[in-house]
Amino acid sequence: MPAHVTPPAEMPKDVYYFGTCLVDLFFPDAGLAGMELLKRQGIRVVFPQDQSCCGQPAFNSGHRSEAREVARAQLDAFPEDWPIVVPSGSCAGMMRVHYPDLFQGDRDEERAKAFAGRVYELSWFLVHVLGLDTKLVDKGEKVTVTWHGSCHSMREMGVVDEPKRLIRALSNVTLVENPREKECCGFGGTFAVRQPEVSAAMVADKIDAIGQTGAARVVSGDCGCLMNIGGALDKAGKPTRPQHLAEFLLERCHGR
Amino acid sequence: MAADFSTRAHDALNNPQLRANFRRAMDGLMTKRAAQFEDKDNWTALRAKGAAIKARALAQLPDLLEEFEQKAIANGITVHWAETTADANRIVLEILTAHGAKKVIKGKSMVSEEMHLNAHLEAHGIKAVESDLGEYIIQLAGEAPSHIVMPCIHKNKGEIAQLFTDNIENQPYTEDVDALTAAARQVLRREFASADAGLSGANFLVAETGSLVLIENEGNGRLSTTLPPLHIAVAGIEKLVEKLDDVAPLLALLPRSATGQAITTYVNMITSPRKSGEQDGPRQVHLVLLDNGRSRVYADEQLRDTLRCIRCGACMNHCPVYSRVGGHTYGSVYPGPIGKILTPQLAGLDCAGDLPHASTLCNACVEVCPVQIPIADILVRLRTEAAEPSASPAVKGAGSGHSAVESAVWKGWQAMYANPAAYKVGTKALSVVGNLIPAAAPLLKQWTSVRTKPKFAAKTLHQLAREKGYDNE
Repeated sequence: MPAHVTPPAEMPKDVYYFGTCLVDLFFPDAGLAGMELLKRQGIRVVFPQDQSCCGQPAFNSGHRSEAREVARAQLDAFPEDWPIVVPSGSCAGMMRVHYPDLFQGDRDEERAKAFAGRVYELSWFLVHVLGLDTKLVDKGEKVTVTWHGSCHSMREMGVVDEPKRLIRALSNVTLVENPREKECCGFGGTFAVRQPEVSAAMVADKIDAIGQTGAARVVSGDCGCLMNIGGALDKAGKPTRPQHLAEFLLERCHGR
Repeated sequence: MAADFSTRAHDALNNPQLRANFRRAMDGLMTKRAAQFEDKDNWTALRAKGAAIKARALAQLPDLLEEFEQKAIANGITVHWAETTADANRIVLEILTAHGAKKVIKGKSMVSEEMHLNAHLEAHGIKAVESDLGEYIIQLAGEAPSHIVMPCIHKNKGEIAQLFTDNIENQPYTEDVDALTAAARQVLRREFASADAGLSGANFLVAETGSLVLIENEGNGRLSTTLPPLHIAVAGIEKLVEKLDDVAPLLALLPRSATGQAITTYVNMITSPRKSGEQDGPRQVHLVLLDNGRSRVYADEQLRDTLRCIRCGACMNHCPVYSRVGGHTYGSVYPGPIGKILTPQLAGLDCAGDLPHASTLCNACVEVCPVQIPIADILVRLRTEAAEPSASPAVKGAGSGHSAVESAVWKGWQAMYANPAAYKVGTKALSVVGNLIPAAAPLLKQWTSVRTKPKFAAKTLHQLAREKGYDNE
């Protein structure tokens, strides 16, 4: 069951930004774009330099104690009672849905629960807290894009329509939905390495479905999926380019 | 067996016919199911009810089993208890032998598959004939089911037509579905009429009334359980529900989730053998209740949720892994997501430890499970049980997936990621030298077989945030 997420009681003045480890190393521009979008809504965005990773890689691999220690470092890095906005449904899901379980019976159980309750997926926050879908002014050229829904965003964080609402708010953008939009791209963290052939079959079907739309870009809210889908598009020599939603929105509305 | 998941997956992925059969079938099933549950509020309420019914039954399972046994015995049903599949096979064989039975007609039963009952009976000179069309087809082919609801879903019309021509006397080759069904019906009618006993599974066992509930579409279940003079049912102990009223909501969930039907063509409620003065029905009804590791699953509060399963198969219909590789790849009686959590618990992680890893944790199964089994959470739990040896293991074979190298890697990962200073140094180093790692390096090789190598950015987000003046606190 997806998490039941409700907006903060009052419009926050400060928000924390959890960039995620994958974004940190491979897609920092996508991470920065999310911060810029928040900042342009008049919010002070705080990026704790002590943050690293939500702990999901170890957690999903069955190494709970290592996951917990890395997660504990995040509890330490985000001490204030501010919303924690995350440009990834997967990492947000780990922190919102799984932290309470990961810290069950631990000395930090209460702190982890409070932390979990402050975690928001970026597009959800943009729509439900900031109402950005009614404020976007598209300054870009006409373009056709398609959307890829990330599994954990949809099925852990309950974020399904919010990103598409933001895309549809852009006047010069045509969103063509692909028939496999909600199907897993085959990344699955260590799955891509443990079951490389099944993963390859899944991403092959995914880029076929994307190709059928004729879209110039495939937009998504998770860089794990984008690394997988983008890498496969690139290797297959397909013209569709991957882009994180935050980067896409920022580029359309504010240039680069 | 199941240790071969990757090898089997390789073969399945390189079989275009198989892949096309599964993809087409699963797409169809997903569409049909979605049409049944268009009203999201209704679906949410109904599945919560279904989950609660099964959870309530499990919470009092020992008592319900006792209550059921008393009621069933009072109704004239003989109840047997089997701790292992070997026990269950022995019991079934003894009953059949006592009746001098030489031929058994079978309705569809996954527990009988779990027992490998047909082979056991055959070894003792008793012929078991599958009467469910799908089961009949795979019995002709000498194969195991590839799906728990649609056992021959991996076969297309042409393959079935050829099987019939090869195995049924005077059967011309035809791909006409009605003609094929009619041919099977002709054969099976003779088998029904001449069978000495009928064998079935059960979808639900009602403690309140001592009844067996059996749903099916072909009438073969009803014939198997009413025509022969002896009926033997086999069922797992988790099939109990408390009350007769609990059955209706589960029936509103099962067929709709499974095949997208509002209800199955047949819903059988079996509460006793033929009573004196009655004209038909079996003279004896026996029920064999199988444990086979279920008590151990039951003992753990989280793992217990596995036993809520009502065997609808929606999890496999919606699984992106299952729809690519098919049911036989799992090397276990129960394939797909439910098989990935059930098989390692019944057989042990030492036998099926790779199954919990054959998942992206995409949660597509969790989204459609009509009794809200947290399949993804249990997959992660089983990975955890496998990774580290435990003094009091909850699962057989716990710790069997332990790897010193892997554990060291995660320890190293923790050392870097739980320490901000180490993380800063580590990520800086990676952004400088990471791109020098060759695409053919171990682990990266699997990735780059169908994807380009990910590129480390020149600056991390940490650096960019500092440069752009974002506050640290």
